Amino acid sequence: MKKGDLYSFLFFVLLIILLPVISGSTYTITVGIFSGINAMVAIGLCILMGYAGQVSLGQAGFYGIGAYISSILSVHAGFPIVISMICAMIVAAMAAMILAVPALRLKGHYLAVATLGFGEIIYIILNEWGPGGPSGFGDIPHFSLLGYTINSTTGYFYLIWGLVAAVMLFSINLINSGTGRALRAVHDSDLACDAMGLNVTALKIKVFILSAVYASLAGSLYAHYVTFISPSSFSLFYSILVLMMVIVGGITNLWGAVIGAVVITVLPELLRKFEELDVLVYGLILTLSLMFFRKGLVPILIEKIKKMRESAVAKD
Amino acid sequence: MLKTKDIWKSFGGLTALRNVSLDVKEGDIKALIGPNGAGKTTLLNIVSGIHQPDKGDVLFSGEKIVHLSPFRIARKGISRTFQHVELFGNMTVIENIMVGQYAKTRSGFLSSGFKFPFVMKEEREIQRKSEELLEYIGLGHRKNEPASNIPIGEQRILEIGRALATGPRLILLDEPAAGLNIKETRNLGEVIRKIRDELQITVVLVEHDMDLVMSISDSITVLNFGEVIAEGTPLEIQKNPEVIVAYLGEEADIQGGYNAHS
Repeated sequence: MKKGDLYSFLFFVLLIILLPVISGSTYTITVGIFSGINAMVAIGLCILMGYAGQVSLGQAGFYGIGAYISSILSVHAGFPIVISMICAMIVAAMAAMILAVPALRLKGHYLAVATLGFGEIIYIILNEWGPGGPSGFGDIPHFSLLGYTINSTTGYFYLIWGLVAAVMLFSINLINSGTGRALRAVHDSDLACDAMGLNVTALKIKVFILSAVYASLAGSLYAHYVTFISPSSFSLFYSILVLMMVIVGGITNLWGAVIGAVVITVLPELLRKFEELDVLVYGLILTLSLMFFRKGLVPILIEKIKKMRESAVAKD
Repeated sequence: MLKTKDIWKSFGGLTALRNVSLDVKEGDIKALIGPNGAGKTTLLNIVSGIHQPDKGDVLFSGEKIVHLSPFRIARKGISRTFQHVELFGNMTVIENIMVGQYAKTRSGFLSSGFKFPFVMKEEREIQRKSEELLEYIGLGHRKNEPASNIPIGEQRILEIGRALATGPRLILLDEPAAGLNIKETRNLGEVIRKIRDELQITVVLVEHDMDLVMSISDSITVLNFGEVIAEGTPLEIQKNPEVIVAYLGEEADIQGGYNAHS
């Protein structure tokens, strides 16, 4: 791991450990939990879009598959939670593969529309055939492993952010490896990748599957934390929300996905005091941030720090 | 080493190649020349698998490769460069070379994400080989610069370097001297000769710069309107009246006179 990434990662872990200790309020920790769930989906989309250059507006579909499959298996089939979650990830991976094979022949807007269609199909299936239909279903068991059940908010916070840290570590390793380099190459030129002997289609399918598995894991965690799910949480709106997180944070940086997820999740909470104007202010902030921080928060922050260092060196 | 047999290819109503047969001997620098639109790039695209011919066969070391997808053909040992430079512009110079070596590694998503020891070993090996290769092609000083920032002459050399990184036995160069000045072109010629002489890589060269073609080629094939009109050594081609007429109009003199007349 590069030095910068290592320090960021250690700082990140420290922050995760300390947050619930510093802030005793259950409310803050709950918002933290949702930020973590969203961060996991956003990291997947960031690798897919920012590194491999493939658009997806269907992440809510994989997120929904994760939530529903895991819930159904644990409620109706009595599977242990972890097994249900793994099964959900496998189903999401297969769905991603079935979607990817035809869809990845498309590019840009066409790919966006194809993935959007996939998300809508999953949404409709959940509405029509999902247990409880549009009103969803509850009594989903809490997360448990080897007889130990997590039911405190702080417990969930550590579980979810621990998994975000694991996902982040895996992703950083991947991005900084030869495979990550190959993914960035796919972003730049399919033609040149072919001439390098890279199997572009296989790389695209695999990165698609990876993002789907992350989203599925997040969806399962969401279901077992909230213990109630309905299709409305897995609509196109969620796909767009995740896209927003990745773009606001900075699409070319994995940390951007995490920061973006936190910002987009926390912002509406902070805007509560504007009462009915909150949606308006929310929209305004997002529009302004896209106008003035086009590269995203994290890349801009990195540039600022570099400049400060350079001017400090110049003064010496 | 490379043979194309009776290749036909048309795009819509336009016949780009008619019955084109080409024979490239191992260790040769083979030039493919002809006026614009003669079908030179189309032929390269067929060899590298980007286009499928309507009729005909492509044999590489006796093996049929005509139905294979481009990346499989590359893995068989045929690498190439492009008429319009196709570097990975968002990457540094050395990263471009490193991508060229990825196909030969065993690294995958899981092994990279979990940082298996063999992945780290392969990565160090790739890093070392790429630095050597950069020095070899004379771009060591550009190592960490973004590939899109270096001069066009060096970009062309880097593209050749990246093709070399895949460990090819045959390399296809599509107008590598386009846009280069005289000094850059001379340097390019030296690099091409060096990879043939020292690395024993066979070269197929599509090129308009006659000084370059005449000085480094062992054998030349001339295409005009999708047909082979002549084949031979540089000396034979320069004297061939049909070539002179087809290529430059009646009064022109093919030997180095091309730039002066145009």
